[in-house]
Amino acid sequence: MGFLTYLINGLSLGSVYALIALGYTMVYGIAKMLNFAHGDVIMIGAYLVFMCMSNSGMPAVVSIVISIVCCTALGMIIEKIAYKPLRKATNLAVLITAIGVSYFLQNMALMIFGSNPVSFTSVIKWQGISLAGGALKITGNAIVTIVTCIVIMIALMWFVKNTKPGQAMRAVSEDKDAAILMGINVNATISLTFAIGSGLAAIAGALLCSSYPSLTPYTGSMPGIKAFTAAVFGGIGSIPGALIGGLLLGIIEIFAKAYISSQLADAIVFTVLIIVLLVKPTGILGKQIKEKV
Amino acid sequence: MLKVENLVVNYGVIQALKGISFEVNEGEVIALIGANGAGKTTTLQTISGMLTPTSGQVLLEGTDITKVPGHKIVSMGMAHVPEGRRVFPGLTVLENLKMGAYTRSNKKEISDTFEKIYESFPRLKERQNQLAGTLSGGEQQMLAMGRALMSQPSIVLMDEPSMGLSPIYVEEIFKIIESISKAGTTVLLVEQNAKKALAIADRAYVLETGKIVLEGVASDLMNDDSIKKAYLGE
Repeated sequence: MGFLTYLINGLSLGSVYALIALGYTMVYGIAKMLNFAHGDVIMIGAYLVFMCMSNSGMPAVVSIVISIVCCTALGMIIEKIAYKPLRKATNLAVLITAIGVSYFLQNMALMIFGSNPVSFTSVIKWQGISLAGGALKITGNAIVTIVTCIVIMIALMWFVKNTKPGQAMRAVSEDKDAAILMGINVNATISLTFAIGSGLAAIAGALLCSSYPSLTPYTGSMPGIKAFTAAVFGGIGSIPGALIGGLLLGIIEIFAKAYISSQLADAIVFTVLIIVLLVKPTGILGKQIKEKV
Repeated sequence: MLKVENLVVNYGVIQALKGISFEVNEGEVIALIGANGAGKTTTLQTISGMLTPTSGQVLLEGTDITKVPGHKIVSMGMAHVPEGRRVFPGLTVLENLKMGAYTRSNKKEISDTFEKIYESFPRLKERQNQLAGTLSGGEQQMLAMGRALMSQPSIVLMDEPSMGLSPIYVEEIFKIIESISKAGTTVLLVEQNAKKALAIADRAYVLETGKIVLEGVASDLMNDDSIKKAYLGE
């Protein structure tokens, strides 16, 4: 039963990585930039939920909705102030700006909330289920996290394929100038992408801290890096890739912790990433389209 | 229909267009010919709002569109088939065509246009579920044209549609341009293949290092000695 328990924990952690990875992969696919501040939006989202729920006594659902709305706005503001003026700048300038925004968010949180960890109350009250006569317990956290991730993933894939803004996102990710010639507002599309990614980060923050309840201003940075890894692992720019990459990363991490060494778990995760990228540089689902000229 | 007045465009310190003026009347096929670096592509990109001119005006049906952002111009009735075709390689032929109708919302009308496009480009219909990146150059050019027509433009700008194509496709592409014109769409054509362009155009302008050096009825230009020497290789 140990194996199944680890697998479910892995899937649950992987679901959180997948949700975060979506933000990286969509922004990369559409704006062709790495938004390293994404991990810190998760932390802001988690603090917002904490403030609403534990400090103001609001119900969990209301708290999460407030957090989603605020993070969506935060994502759009970050894009507008920090990245939009650099639309024509070099990739390196954008990357350094993203790192700057990341530190800015961390330090802002440090000023407001202090460096002491706060104890996050789980947004999920349900205890979960126990199977096989109590030998296999699945926590409510794990179930809700996995289901949320799958539902969001399906909804997002439907959105991109079947709605007008979704179509615009695909066009912009393929060729910005050609998209403009189709009548697509590229700036609005990029802004929407940041909005969706940051809204999902708020959800990811609430779910992450429900399972790992110690919240500090640095809570977002490690999961952020791992989710970025997951996005690259699955094939950056690909939505299903983010799901597969996230889940695999979560499972590998938990298994490595359980069976090998909890100290070495992160090293093992990144070793696997390096091997995958050596074998398939575009990631698992990444594709290289050959263009005929 | 389209009027360009004293257009000046700078790239940093380099002046790409040094004040050009020309006019395209409804129903005409106008050719803009010239060598590499003469400013042909810059002209088209400025007209369709991809570049902002330093000075000068672009008027579409009397409306000043000089400062209108690129994405708003399609719905004003102007489509642009860009240099190098720029189809969306990871999207299917069908999805590419759908993108062309992005600004339109009436489903019935869109599907009528689809039928028309498939009629003029049967090959696109055959390959509608294939990724655009896997098409041959000539097929991609047809797709780029079909995609532009999906917006039902009253004027279409075409940038070097014959570039890099085999002679058979070049023939076909020029036939298509003629039929687009016959169907009532005004065409502004930029070409290095001056001979073919002049053969189908009503009037033409010759661009040299950012200035219009010659203009006139296409058939006259074809017999002009300087044109023959410089562009027709005779």
